[in-house]
Amino acid sequence: MDHPVPLLSVESLGVEFRTRSGTVHALEEISFSVGKGETIGVVGESGSGKSVLFYAVLGILDPAGRITGGRAVFGGLDLVRASPSELEAIRGREAAMIFQNPRVALNPIRKVGHQIEDVLARHTSTPSAALRQRAIEALASVRIPDPERRYDAYPFELSGGLCQRIMIAIALACSPSLLVADEPTTGLDVTTQAAVMDLISELAHKRKMATVLITHDLGLAAEHCDRIVVMHAGHVVETAPTADLFAHPRHPYTARLIATTPHGTSDLRSLAAIPGYLPDLRRGDLPACRFSERCDRFEAACTERPLARLDAGQPHSVACRRPL
Amino acid sequence: MLRLIGRRLLAAIPNVIGIVVVTFILTRALPGDPAAFYAGPAATQEAVEQVRAKLGLDQPLWKQFVDYVGDLARGDLGLSISTGQQVLDEILRRLPASLELTLLGLVVACAIALPLGILASTRPGSWIDHACRLVTTLGVSLPIFFTGLLLAYVFYYLLGIAPPPVGRLDSMYSPPPHFTGFYLVDSLVAGDVGLFLAAGKQMILPVLTLAIFVLAPIARMTRAAMLGVLSSDFVRTARASGLSSSTVLYRYAFRNAMLPVVTTMGMVFSFMLGSNVVIEKVFAWPGIGSFAVDALVQSDYAPVQGFVLVMAMLFVAINLMIDILYTAIDPRVSIDD
Repeated sequence: MDHPVPLLSVESLGVEFRTRSGTVHALEEISFSVGKGETIGVVGESGSGKSVLFYAVLGILDPAGRITGGRAVFGGLDLVRASPSELEAIRGREAAMIFQNPRVALNPIRKVGHQIEDVLARHTSTPSAALRQRAIEALASVRIPDPERRYDAYPFELSGGLCQRIMIAIALACSPSLLVADEPTTGLDVTTQAAVMDLISELAHKRKMATVLITHDLGLAAEHCDRIVVMHAGHVVETAPTADLFAHPRHPYTARLIATTPHGTSDLRSLAAIPGYLPDLRRGDLPACRFSERCDRFEAACTERPLARLDAGQPHSVACRRPL
Repeated sequence: MLRLIGRRLLAAIPNVIGIVVVTFILTRALPGDPAAFYAGPAATQEAVEQVRAKLGLDQPLWKQFVDYVGDLARGDLGLSISTGQQVLDEILRRLPASLELTLLGLVVACAIALPLGILASTRPGSWIDHACRLVTTLGVSLPIFFTGLLLAYVFYYLLGIAPPPVGRLDSMYSPPPHFTGFYLVDSLVAGDVGLFLAAGKQMILPVLTLAIFVLAPIARMTRAAMLGVLSSDFVRTARASGLSSSTVLYRYAFRNAMLPVVTTMGMVFSFMLGSNVVIEKVFAWPGIGSFAVDALVQSDYAPVQGFVLVMAMLFVAINLMIDILYTAIDPRVSIDD
């Protein structure tokens, strides 16, 4: 899955948030890449910075958040240095994003058809007379039954699964080359989850669209992704092709994460919890390795800077001084 | 929509009945004997009793009430004993003066408060946010009679740039031919620009006073609602779709933020009708508020009852309008609810 020129290449990206209780060092030295047409999973527990990472890349960070450095090159343009209007033109057209809890992620008082039209009108030169037809086609493309009728529906009249399909229709309306799916199945019931994931995978393959699946569910990532990026407390700790990662996890955190993931044969007792919590990212004295305080392979060198670096040239790389 | 209106009007009937009963009892419970008041200080006991019989006040209370309700059913609000006029005519003549003031005050308040609230919400912590906070704090902490007197004192008495607070028109002008009762509209209908400007000048200070009074709640609610909506998931979706910031701000955020703002505006409009009583006194405005106060001072029952009843009707009408606006903005508010 090596691509000479990746679609998105993030290098040494850092993000911090200014809050009343201090500066949160949310992301530090983040590097990874997404190849054209590739599906990668970004995995980590809640608070590890998975979503913030892509908010930063797409320029939709909260006003309190600030990119402290690094680059995020997408199609030749560094998104970190791009102007707000350049970013607006890319979002929704070249790179789109869908979110969790679809029922609240759509405008509650606007017809879903009009919400699709808003994106089409913004990014394409579709004549306004043809917008309605294009929107209905977009609804049909995500296999929404009876799209003509759904066009006039409001989100509150639709199920969560249908709302997530609408979100996908909005995201894919302009045929982006990158789709970021941020926990797309959270807030849906179990049967709908599978259908939504299958839809995303199928559309991604059909359109040769690169997909980033942000999830805390390692099993889900294993099922759908070519490659997995593991994040912990604002660091990328390991990145590897999916099969390789499961067969030979090298970072202690990855190994523990795999051990906590239930699968068919495991019983409850064999599921181990990861000890400790994510470190408080407001601390001024964060150790170089933010997992060191939870790690049983800890040694004094782990807290020393510089950070253990991922070897970006390798398909399987790990940021650890004492990898497994 | 017609069903909604019909249902609301039906639901208002018990309220109106309650108001009729309560105002009737309250006016009777007020201190002061109207018969003695109108017979004059030198009148004999006999003369007072004559006046009392003439006014029907010698009847038992239930009889007075039945007569009153009977008159109401015929659309007769009774006679004002101090002016000898039909109360209904007087109220209809004075109502446009109050409404013109109130509506214009609300429009001015919204014209300032909505942009202020929106700007403050998009730039939290900036100077405009602090300005918004200052204005809202001033607005809620200044009593309305004080603002009115202060404005009149500074702009009329000290600076001399505002016209004297003598009512709707300077005595040099005569009112435009009656069409809507709103002088600003009627003067334009008559094609008299000079009269329009004269009427407008008289309105500046009272309208400003009312606007300052209600600016605060509207600006505060707009800011709070916008802050909530701007951090909501669907605004993030809109931004992630690359919609332009003006589309996100107005078509997505502001329309959603309108819902609580509209509710606040309905409430504020009711406040304004109530505070007209004070404003009209300060600016010698011939509206229904000053009419009611004069009547109250003179123990003149019929106008007071008529005033309260008309106010109640206005409240019902405003609430109905708010509900209709709500269903127009928010598809989730079902018409059948």
